[in-house]
Amino acid sequence: MMPSNKSVSDAPIFQFTNCRILRSHQLQREDLWVREGKILNPEKLFFDEKGSADIQLDCKDSIIAPGFIDVQINGGFGVDFSLAVDDVQSGISLVSQKILSHGVTSFCPTLVTSPPSVYHKVLPQISIRNGGPHGAGILGAHLEGPFISKEKKGAHPEHYLSTFESGAFQDLLATYRHLDCVRIVTLAPEMKRSSEVIQELTRQGICVSLGHSVANLSQAEEAVRHGATFITHLFNAMLPFHHRDPGIVGLLTSDQIPARRRVFYGMISDGIHTNPAALRIAHRAHPKGLVLVTDAIAGMGLAPGKHTLGQQVIEVDGLNTYIAGTKTLSGSVATMDSCVRHFLEATGCTVETALEAASLHPAQLLGIEHRKGTLNYDNDADFLLLDDSLRVRATYIAGERVWSQDTFTI
Amino acid sequence: MRVAALSVASGPSHMFPGHAPASAGTEIGSISLSGLTSFFSCKLFTITMRLVILDNYDLASEWAAKYICNCIIQFKPSQGRYFTLGLPTGSTPLGCYKKLIEYHKNGDLSFKYVKTFNMDEYVGLPRNHPESYHSYMWNNFFKHIDIDPNNAHILDGNALDLQAECDAFEKKIEESGGIDLFVGGIGPDGHIAFNEPGSSLASRTRLKTLAMDTILANAKYFDGDLSKVPTMALTVGVGTVMDAREVMILITGAHKAFALYKAIEEGVNHMWTVSAFQQHPRTIFVCDEDATLELRVKTVKYFKGLMHVHNKLVDPLYSMKEEN
Repeated sequence: MMPSNKSVSDAPIFQFTNCRILRSHQLQREDLWVREGKILNPEKLFFDEKGSADIQLDCKDSIIAPGFIDVQINGGFGVDFSLAVDDVQSGISLVSQKILSHGVTSFCPTLVTSPPSVYHKVLPQISIRNGGPHGAGILGAHLEGPFISKEKKGAHPEHYLSTFESGAFQDLLATYRHLDCVRIVTLAPEMKRSSEVIQELTRQGICVSLGHSVANLSQAEEAVRHGATFITHLFNAMLPFHHRDPGIVGLLTSDQIPARRRVFYGMISDGIHTNPAALRIAHRAHPKGLVLVTDAIAGMGLAPGKHTLGQQVIEVDGLNTYIAGTKTLSGSVATMDSCVRHFLEATGCTVETALEAASLHPAQLLGIEHRKGTLNYDNDADFLLLDDSLRVRATYIAGERVWSQDTFTI
Repeated sequence: MRVAALSVASGPSHMFPGHAPASAGTEIGSISLSGLTSFFSCKLFTITMRLVILDNYDLASEWAAKYICNCIIQFKPSQGRYFTLGLPTGSTPLGCYKKLIEYHKNGDLSFKYVKTFNMDEYVGLPRNHPESYHSYMWNNFFKHIDIDPNNAHILDGNALDLQAECDAFEKKIEESGGIDLFVGGIGPDGHIAFNEPGSSLASRTRLKTLAMDTILANAKYFDGDLSKVPTMALTVGVGTVMDAREVMILITGAHKAFALYKAIEEGVNHMWTVSAFQQHPRTIFVCDEDATLELRVKTVKYFKGLMHVHNKLVDPLYSMKEEN
């Protein structure tokens, strides 16, 4: 190794070799360079700093992809984020550590419809923080409800549903109280005064998502005009596509989307929530908007049986998760990497497309793609080493290995 | 036992006057095995012009790469004693670079003690532009080998004082002890580097305005849009390359055939600047069949007949593994 002569920093430079990296929407046979937790530009290093690598790591022909970002996850491993406990942070920490093995490097802990007391207690305990060996990074909370439709409540408890028709944004504020760490809010746009609420949330930098709703297409389009940019688990908990009124699903091909804006839509590709044919229809209609989410519940990662989801009891049997005693789906026990694999297989899409649906697109949705979701130079070095079947071999956050298979060392 | 026979040409001008017997040129006679070693060790004192003709582009690239490889290894470069290489860009040397990278990846060749000086760079193109020669060298060569970044020299087309940048480049070459082997290409208009037709054959590193032929030839790298092609470049001069101890010109493809004809079968002429190398003490032209299409059949037959001699320069192919 030649002596380094770097003028910008003395921190060690890592060169990941013998790999294929996802860059510019393609898998390229290139090395990945990392310094101080960020992706480094090796050409700039060579010509400007006359620098070279300190440590070279042979990735054994792995695929290197940006770390997965899960924007809808309700819990896992026995932890339910919506349960009002005194120590929410330890539950979140446990899940954040466990999902590293699924390839998730950043996520939005999701709270389902709950009474205001729960929000008042739980939200102040959630803090946005970087990931690391302790676990995946927390981007902020996703509040799914209580401002949703009674007809499409799914597994959400009816007596805690709420409206904001009297005080609009003030009603929302009274319910949630603390918005500092909130990143996404799912609501039903057909509710009275939703436009004002959507506008104010958007103004405050909070992503508004449409879901658990009976809105028709023009109501959905109006919501998008006011700032909504996401659809919560497309097809589930909304009116089905109808050829004379496509409803929220119609946003995928609507011509009323403001210029330079894109509507994203979450899909749970666990093979249960959506028929593969429906997954393919959505993907083909609007491939650049598809965001893979797990919508995982406390039972994820645990043995089958009874678990909770907020105020409800859920029964888990294999991959199926229903409200106890019913056939109403409620969340999933899928892991993010299995969703990516199922998506690849069900749609026959390219590996690049499957990987971007779990990394680039959620980053674009949250407006953080200059930092996360890609392997572009100067982005955070959150990445995964995968084999050709897209099984996770190792997970890195800020350039540090935070998880790897026992049998995989580089 | 055969004896090494090395004859030396005297005087400049035409290599092949149409009527002259073959001995008017330079030739290398047959060489014994023991003579081969002494052949290399007294390389510096022999004066030769070789035209090496291979069947196709890949074979020509490989021959050139093998020659460079052997030159470096035989030189036995070490700390404080670097092998200096002049390097070209463009589509012609790509195959040669690929082969050199292959030798490096196999562990047969290291660039740890090699210094490089590129011939030219566009003026005003950002260094990280995909068509800059910095990008070219990084992507096609430097990123695949173990060269010390301090030893890879390319002119800076965005320097504040362009002439000072050129003067500094000449100085760096001088300080490194001069160039051992300068590898170059030829333009369709017979230019070497960006020494366009009409350039002084004594020229040094300087700023040049590009000829229309060159701009047209380069348009393919800029989406076919002439307005995007840089119009000026910094380039080593003909004189700068003539100072190298050895010069190897790679010429492949039918579109270069006329330029090759002008360069070696006609006189030394500043309108075809590669012709200057008829006067260089050690030059090798490495070509494929297509590039010889405008030469006389007699010329081509003569040099093809010498291939068994030329091939001794690349066979055996040395490896740094043996050195250890």
